[in-house]
Amino acid sequence: MNIINELSWVTGGPQGSGVDTSANIFARACYLAGLHIYGKREYHSNIKGEHSYFTIRVSNKTIRSHLDRIDMLVALDAETIFRHLSYVSKGASIIYDSSLNDKRLEDINTIGDVARRRIETFLKSKNKNSVKDMLDSVRDECSICSIPFNELLSQLAAERGESMLSRLTRVTNIMSVASSLALLDLDVKYIHDAIKSIFKSKTNVIALNIDAANKAYNYTKAKYDISKRFVSKSLDNLILLQGTQAAALGKISAGCRFQTYYPITPATDESEFLESNQIISNIDGTKGSLVVIQTEDEISAITMATGAAIAGARSSTSTSGPGFSLMAEGLSWAGMNEVPVVITLYQRAGPSTGLPTRHEQGDLLFAINAGHGEFPRAVIASGDVEEIYYDTIRAFNYAERYQMPVIHILDKALANSLVTCKVYDTSKIKIDRGLLIDSVNGDYKRFRLSDDGISTRVRLGTENGIFWNTGDEHDEYGHITEDPEMRDIMMEKRMKKLDTMLRDLSNEEKAIFYDNNSDKTIITWGSPKGAILDAISMLDNTFNMLQIKLLQPFPSSYISEVLSNTQMVIDVEMNYSAQLAKLIKLYTNKEVDYRIVKYNGRPISADELYYALSNIINGSKERRVVLRNGV
Amino acid sequence: MVSKRFTIADYKTSVHNDWCPGCGDFGILNSIQMVLTEMQLPNHKVAIFSGIGCSGKTPHYINVNGIHTLHGRVLPYAIGAKLANPNLEVIAVGGDGDGLGIGAGHFVNIGRRNIDLTYIIFDNGVYGLTKGQASPTLKLGIKTKSLPNPNINQNINPIALALVAGFTFIARAYSYDIKHLKDVIRKAIEHKGLAFIDVLQPCPTYNDIYTREWFAGEGNMDPTTMKERSRVYKLEDENYDPIVHEGSKEEINLKMAQAIAKSNEWDNRIPIGVFYKNEHGYIYEERIESRISDYKENPPALQKIESNGISIASIKSILQLL
Ligand SMILES: Cc1ncc(C[n+]2csc(CCOP(=O)(O)OP(=O)(O)O)c2C)c(N)n1
Ligand code: SF4
Ligand SMILES: [Mg+2]
Repeated sequence: MNIINELSWVTGGPQGSGVDTSANIFARACYLAGLHIYGKREYHSNIKGEHSYFTIRVSNKTIRSHLDRIDMLVALDAETIFRHLSYVSKGASIIYDSSLNDKRLEDINTIGDVARRRIETFLKSKNKNSVKDMLDSVRDECSICSIPFNELLSQLAAERGESMLSRLTRVTNIMSVASSLALLDLDVKYIHDAIKSIFKSKTNVIALNIDAANKAYNYTKAKYDISKRFVSKSLDNLILLQGTQAAALGKISAGCRFQTYYPITPATDESEFLESNQIISNIDGTKGSLVVIQTEDEISAITMATGAAIAGARSSTSTSGPGFSLMAEGLSWAGMNEVPVVITLYQRAGPSTGLPTRHEQGDLLFAINAGHGEFPRAVIASGDVEEIYYDTIRAFNYAERYQMPVIHILDKALANSLVTCKVYDTSKIKIDRGLLIDSVNGDYKRFRLSDDGISTRVRLGTENGIFWNTGDEHDEYGHITEDPEMRDIMMEKRMKKLDTMLRDLSNEEKAIFYDNNSDKTIITWGSPKGAILDAISMLDNTFNMLQIKLLQPFPSSYISEVLSNTQMVIDVEMNYSAQLAKLIKLYTNKEVDYRIVKYNGRPISADELYYALSNIINGSKERRVVLRNGV
Repeated sequence: MVSKRFTIADYKTSVHNDWCPGCGDFGILNSIQMVLTEMQLPNHKVAIFSGIGCSGKTPHYINVNGIHTLHGRVLPYAIGAKLANPNLEVIAVGGDGDGLGIGAGHFVNIGRRNIDLTYIIFDNGVYGLTKGQASPTLKLGIKTKSLPNPNINQNINPIALALVAGFTFIARAYSYDIKHLKDVIRKAIEHKGLAFIDVLQPCPTYNDIYTREWFAGEGNMDPTTMKERSRVYKLEDENYDPIVHEGSKEEINLKMAQAIAKSNEWDNRIPIGVFYKNEHGYIYEERIESRISDYKENPPALQKIESNGISIASIKSILQLL
């Protein structure tokens, strides 16, 4: 038995077979046992049959990313063994269904030619290609636990008086999780509690799953030794949630009361979560509510959200790249009319439909430039699930304070990761509605000129506060003008708000500098933050990291200042062309020294980044490094 | 205190109107202002949304809140405002190209929602502001002034489309019969649910086929009197009953079939007036109310979300469930 601080656990199976549920239950059980979780979900754009898998990294200290390395692999189908075995570490445990032994590579039609060739290379032989052959190749280094799930199921059916075995097959997932817990010597009660919390009020389902879990747990304990045991628990007060839930919670706290969306991966979960929680309890005992509208397309989503914002609601829409493309004209209109609307942009791998369920950060420059003409907007990016909550609230405050659209960029990795983070401090969430006024005296001009470019704003329906909006250039009242002088005045009024914003914001709102007193600094934005911090700590803190949060208006002077004190700058991001490096060059005239990029749709892991950074420390001359790990 | 009575002057702005002389848009503008006066609607409680086109400029000439949006997108903007604050009186206006061409998806989909607002299309058969290309309502084979060739497309029938989409009040009016138009607009506003008016609006600059004279009866001989007879006639003059009285499926089917048949009349006899009216279903606002009981009194736009700059929303119970 090994005493461990952390574990990288993977389960896989055909889509629609319950892989997600079992991973959620494993994560929750470990979370209830007092451990930190970083869970990464990988799935195809498919409903049933294609291979999906879930990586859950568990630790007794804070973790921020996944590892490619696998310490415990749970396989209920042969494909999981074929696809993932090459990543298992020395000493790993492999839990698998003993009935899979004779399955051969060529039997599995969901493995395409390219993946097949990779697996054959691993096996070094075309003839020895069964599950058993695969496992034989690692038997010396790993402990292999074969579990007769079918037999256990039959026993379970007999005990429960269930004649239809097929009704029970779904619980094999839960059994495999129970076996995992048994090997880790974690108390079976954690899986009971996790089952209850996932299946909520479905009492029959809960009872069945608990019976199944006990059966597998006891079988595994009796047959196999404990393989690993966590040395200690975490002491932090943690919550376990996904990025889309963090954004939704941020919207509720921020006072967002109107949300539109058109279904798209990976953004939809956020809107559905909001709709499930649309009645809001306020601390003063009153009730609030959130209207969620599924629109006919994304053009309608952005324009409807804008209409609601004009009426006076804090309002937003959530989407991904294809939908955001359709929103460009509406974005420009919101900028022109100084409407505070928030767009939560969950990037996924493009171009076009791209890899619709996979990860990328390809839309940075697009978010900054989308829409015709020049107008003020803010673009902010969050680095992890904890930040998402607080940044969502900021997005609404910026939108109303500066009366402009705000794009909050997230991505698939953040959206679908299931992580523990510190319980949100909701005691003093600041709401800044800027110059929104409730009553008007005298002549009201919606676009009244001012030193900082910001005018008072009223809700539609405010007495004495009639106003006009138009996408045409307009005067202070909002009526159309084509006068060249008025044009200059209004263009300058609007654009000035970007300077105002840059003046107002603290350095922490612009970028976060993790200073390790190194002369080498990694720059990044968004979700690579986690893998970078984890890799840096594996490298004894030999790098600083600068995570840029405000990407538009670009905080040039603060970034220049930080980078001027560093010898080497390494850019890490999830796209082909190193878009952040381009912005750095544009705004600070600084050329980064190394670009570490990745665009195969799979998030950067801490271990692959560790190797890439080690190579740079060791003097590698390669200026552009492409990371290629992932299944 | 007796509150002040609004006069039509209270609904006018001083903005210079740049429509062509004789444009049918003027009749629609005047009618809207007359209805607002008749109904004594407080200026600040009304919001007029418009698309892009000659017609899109309408809000700038009316002294109520005016939101001049994007080409084709007037409906979603208007819906957003109305659903954020259902106490607002929301009117949407726009061109036939705006609503039935580029905005057709929104036109069909708003029918699924029966929102309590009024939508008026300025139907001139052309794209006025871009200099007279064919609009979706122009008939096959018609060659208006700026078309290089006769129209190669068939036309959309806006009345029939509104009907199958799910609008619950559907009417047609004519921009030079202001009194009738005004009455139809008022009925549309007073209708509980989604109302649509297709206003036949001559464009003297680009539509030289469907002109004011043509509608008035030019070349349309009445066989009995041997005099020119107006092409436009009123449904109410012919005992046409547009109303769904009981709301049974059979009755609705009959009323819809009758409306579609009427909407296909053209050329020598063109019906105007209310084609269909059904107040039996729930409006969208009521559907929201069934989920959010205080939706009308405490809508998204008016909700209190902070106290002294601190959020009042609690997420505790959701966090517990996570
Ligand atoms: C997205 C977009 N495409 C094209 C245009 C150009 N455009 C301006 S008005 C118009 C057509 C207007 O026709 P209609 O909607 O019938 O209004 P009318 O001018 O006849 O009242 C077009 C195509 C535009 N403003 N926006
Ligand atoms: S072009 Fe036609 S629709 Fe436009 S203002 Fe002139 S007459 Fe009216
Ligand atoms: Mg037109």
